[in-house]
Amino acid sequence: MANFVQQCFNGLVSGAFLALLALGLSVIFGMLGVVNFAHGAFYMLGAFGAYVLLTNAGVNFWLALAAVPVALAVFGCLLERAFIHRLAALDPLYNFLLTFGIALVLQDLVKREYGVTSRPYPPPAELNHPIDLGLFNYPGYQVFVLAASAAACAAVWYLLTRTRVGVVVRAATERPELTRALGINVGAWVTPVFGFGAGLAGLAGVLAAPMRAVNPLMGADLIITVFAVVVIGGLGSIVGSVVAGFGIGVATALCNLYVPALSQTLVFVFMAAVLLWRPAGLFGREEARV
Amino acid sequence: MRGHGMKRWGILLGLVVALALPWLVYPPIALDIAVWALLAISVDLLLGFTGLLSFGHAAFWGTAAYATGLVALHTGAPFPVAVIAGAVTAGLLAAPIGYLSVKRTGIYFAMVTLAFAQMVYFIANQWRSLTGGENGLQGIPRDLFGVDLSDPFYFYYAALPLVLLGVFAAWRIVRSPFGRVLVAIRDNPARARALGYPVERYKLLVFVLSATLAGLAGGLHAVGHGFASMDDVHWTTSGQAVLMVVLGGIGTLWGSVIGAALVVQLEDVLATAGFDGTGIVTGAVFVLVVLLFRRGIWGTAAMWLPRARRLPALSRLARRGPGATPSAPAPEALVKKGA
Repeated sequence: MANFVQQCFNGLVSGAFLALLALGLSVIFGMLGVVNFAHGAFYMLGAFGAYVLLTNAGVNFWLALAAVPVALAVFGCLLERAFIHRLAALDPLYNFLLTFGIALVLQDLVKREYGVTSRPYPPPAELNHPIDLGLFNYPGYQVFVLAASAAACAAVWYLLTRTRVGVVVRAATERPELTRALGINVGAWVTPVFGFGAGLAGLAGVLAAPMRAVNPLMGADLIITVFAVVVIGGLGSIVGSVVAGFGIGVATALCNLYVPALSQTLVFVFMAAVLLWRPAGLFGREEARV
Repeated sequence: MRGHGMKRWGILLGLVVALALPWLVYPPIALDIAVWALLAISVDLLLGFTGLLSFGHAAFWGTAAYATGLVALHTGAPFPVAVIAGAVTAGLLAAPIGYLSVKRTGIYFAMVTLAFAQMVYFIANQWRSLTGGENGLQGIPRDLFGVDLSDPFYFYYAALPLVLLGVFAAWRIVRSPFGRVLVAIRDNPARARALGYPVERYKLLVFVLSATLAGLAGGLHAVGHGFASMDDVHWTTSGQAVLMVVLGGIGTLWGSVIGAALVVQLEDVLATAGFDGTGIVTGAVFVLVVLLFRRGIWGTAAMWLPRARRLPALSRLARRGPGATPSAPAPEALVKKGA
């Protein structure tokens, strides 16, 4: 029993990263119609940002957790202005290809500088001890990751559904022409939303640094899994991304406990099942049949 | 009739270049150009002529590489038999993947094919007894009834007929009534459906054909290099093929050949120069082409030749902004709202 619950916890922690990345991907897709391939690279840059700040400037984890996502948000805004914006009027496949190219450049730039070996990043001292959860002891840092990502997901949900900013963004996502007609400058929201999504990826990256291997390829491998997650949850659906992220995390962890051979491919099996029964995704709305 | 003559000269020129290639470049590079060109053509068959961006062709290229290697290693069959067995395996794998993937269009199709290819990658990584895991399959023989093909120069000519067969198949598909329907589906799926064409079945069939061609290329690559490895099923291989198509010109077939030649040469130059970080260059090429040069090389050249000014795929993709085609609802716009 303790084993089962503990494995569920492990699943929730790894699901937290999937959820945070899927959430950013969905927010960006909703507003811009862009599937951001570079999202994995932003996540990797987040982890490397924390690593570089610690080793070169001695900046601790907590400062990095605040600064790196902001830096990535700014970086995301610049990228949007410089490149992605120019292709906004074209078939979204072009921006998919563009962000793929950007991801390759970022990944190999970091690889050239730091090589492919994984870098260690120590968890912050405050959290570097087990916490007693009743049934078992659990690493404190993992508990923090779970709480932080749940808080981040809740904050995004609150921001989008309960605030004026959220109302504008949702309106601009669903009915851009009508929103414009109501006197809202939809174009002005595109860049900050992209930056926000990039910042979320950066946050996930910093959170991942102390418990995942920090290396240039960490994002590319994860982003493809995240693509499967958003297809399952329904791309553009905030709730779908979060539920599918945590759900896939737990399912994979449990699968690892009982059928380890299947655990890596499980997410793709789920995706196949969703495509078969509900092609729009669990929380996605029906795509017009064309 | 003059146009017909020009086309014949063009094909003749292409054949001459194909035959002369091992004299022009280092023979192993010539083989790489030929097989990558076939892979790029298979991707263009979907992207340029059906409007489906497959980001998962590494699955078919790599699966065929393993299947070809296994057949050649365990049965000692002549290499063309092994390669064709590999291509058939890739086609069989494409049936279920295609069946599920064609349920989505546009950007989703790209994501779904990428995800399924990653699944194939994980399976190849896990099934070590079959694929050799990280070590891959080594020492794949290139037997052809006892003829010594160990020299890459001669092997190129042994492999060329199979490559040309694949290129010819793609060309025939595009020119056939079946290919016309594919273009109709690409340009306006709703209308094609209204005319009574089973759109999904057409997409599935072309997906399987495309994967078979990719498999043919992958098998030849494995035999040519003597090994099949995890690299063959990795997503970078899919991305590479898409880059070749976009650089050469989407929907032009021949552009893919030029794109393949340039990318293979570029990688060779970077590798010999000891440059670590090929992705910086290929990624930058991706960005530049997509931003500034969306017609690709062949597409741009064809624009200057007044005769060949019809480039359906590009004009469509470039025109397709929100509300740019009032007669037909842009599927992307619908996807965006309905997702």
